[in-house]
Amino acid sequence: MGRKPNETPEIPDDMFTPASPGIVTKAETSAAPLTFWQEAWRRLRKNKGALAGLITIVFLIVVSLIGPLFNEYSYSQQDLVRSNLPPKIAGLEWLGFDGTRSSGENTYEERGITANAWFGTDEFGRDLWTRLWKATQVSLFIGVVAAFLDLLIGVVYGGISAFYGGRLDNVMQRIIEVLVGIPNLIVIILFILIFEPGILSIILAMIITGWVGMARVVRGQILQLKGQEFILAARTLGTSNGKLIWKHLFPNVMGPIIITVMFTIPSAIFFEAFLSFIGLGLQPPLASLGVLIEDGYQSMRFFSYKLIFPAIVISALMISFNLLADGLRDALDPKMRR
Amino acid sequence: MRNYFLSRLGYMLVTLLIIVTATFFFMQLLPGTPFNNPEKLTEQQLLSLNEKYGLDKPIALQYFIYLGNLLQFDLGLSFQYEGRTVESIIGSRIGPSALIGLQAVVFGTAAGLLLGMISALKHNSFLDYTSVFIAVLGMSVPSFVFAALMQYYLGVKLQWLPAALWRGWEYTIMPSLALSVMVIATVARFIRTEMLEVLGQDYVVTARAKGLTEKAVIVKHVVRNALIPVVTMLGPLTVGIMTGTLVIEKIFAVPGLGEQFTLSIMVNDYSVIMGITLFYSSLFILVVMIVDILYGVLDPRISLKGEG
Repeated sequence: MGRKPNETPEIPDDMFTPASPGIVTKAETSAAPLTFWQEAWRRLRKNKGALAGLITIVFLIVVSLIGPLFNEYSYSQQDLVRSNLPPKIAGLEWLGFDGTRSSGENTYEERGITANAWFGTDEFGRDLWTRLWKATQVSLFIGVVAAFLDLLIGVVYGGISAFYGGRLDNVMQRIIEVLVGIPNLIVIILFILIFEPGILSIILAMIITGWVGMARVVRGQILQLKGQEFILAARTLGTSNGKLIWKHLFPNVMGPIIITVMFTIPSAIFFEAFLSFIGLGLQPPLASLGVLIEDGYQSMRFFSYKLIFPAIVISALMISFNLLADGLRDALDPKMRR
Repeated sequence: MRNYFLSRLGYMLVTLLIIVTATFFFMQLLPGTPFNNPEKLTEQQLLSLNEKYGLDKPIALQYFIYLGNLLQFDLGLSFQYEGRTVESIIGSRIGPSALIGLQAVVFGTAAGLLLGMISALKHNSFLDYTSVFIAVLGMSVPSFVFAALMQYYLGVKLQWLPAALWRGWEYTIMPSLALSVMVIATVARFIRTEMLEVLGQDYVVTARAKGLTEKAVIVKHVVRNALIPVVTMLGPLTVGIMTGTLVIEKIFAVPGLGEQFTLSIMVNDYSVIMGITLFYSSLFILVVMIVDILYGVLDPRISLKGEG
């Protein structure tokens, strides 16, 4: 059989035999392949700090929601008979929750008060346990809403800028470059000065310049993705722009977006507390962690408990969010590590 | 290089103009009047006061007058302090702020550098985790919470350091320390990441391979190269210090710019608020520009536009 080297030899039909059904087996895989999110969750779980942060955040959210229900006091109810009570918890006296002031006297015995204030009361007799959790709710709300609005504006702006490109992108980027130059602290303070301090005006003040960071992240990501083959393939197959954005670009930008949001929440919580501390925050009887810290700071010399509890909660919250954000960054996008 | 510098300068001026304009019109929207007890003044007094401060002219004209004065570094008169110019108030307040800011940056950078280096060199050890934790703590705990707690424990309870006021160097220690926490944390985190990256570079392997001592490798190759990107931290650090001084000067009663700013906000002293806003903004913009240029000078791999 003279044949050229590259030619396949002819194989006669009788060399084939039908395979018995038992032989056909699927390719063996050790486990079902992980999706991107399962993989990320697996990596996140390995990061002890991030996991601790996540657990602390969930714990604080739950406690802040159900905590105020544990006693009969409301966050705004004043009772001058119960003013400036130090913290006292039955059974936890050995931890310092014994109702004595820094000077050593026991306020409860002096005034003959039997109902304990777990985290003490402020100068108007408002229960600080209830106020603390109410404040945590408010601070978390401000942080989450501000981050969400940043996300909305930033994604739309950055997305349009990168997706359409060209002159539009150029103009939009110049605007961003000018905005970035303005210290956001200054904008926030001026904004609050004009509008009455309140939850809404604080949130608005923070998003005026806050969305810029998100817009930059989204733009950078989309610019990178735009040139890749799968987008070209989708385009070639006639995918509409809308579908391209929602089905192909958006899921791929999710990682960096989530990371940015997780870093925005603590910084929004910080700014709210900061504003309250310089006297531009929420007005009483409303409470936020910043308001409580400011109140506590004013009277810390004699009633240090008023400062310590909100200080612990805000620190725990900030640390947890930062740890979780760090962990998410490593889990979702190892390239973004910094 | 020159083109790049000029375009940066252009951006800087546009941003500044926008800030000036925004600040000016924001101020017009502010509630309240700059005068104490306006309801007690007669119509005539109010008119003459408005005339004295140029508030009777149309807003557009006030705006251009303000711009013109700005070009001559004339920030106007304070509403609160009779007969004092805003620039003199800023001038008299800048010293303490600059001092604690500088001390915080110097100490914070040194401590952060040390922490970050230990972290990177003893990667994944107990020391590493400890300093990473310290850095996260420093980034997370708001500076005023830290300052308040420090004032309470070190100042009031233990009385190791003066709790507040401004009467000598020992009074600067606590405010500077409170400010430096953020600097330490930022620098430490940054140096750690940078050094870990540099340690894996080929030129470090080469340096080791040609038999340099470990000390020479670390000092001459690793640290030096890891330091370059730290320059980029100057921008965020300036903002952090500025934000920090506002609250920390209030807490420790430091007679600085930040304290004046919070004070002026409380009494609606528009011209001072505007002056300090502009001062802070210009400082920030200037630092960002310097960082951009320095970065290009330090790292030849980054070419500035216009240089090719």
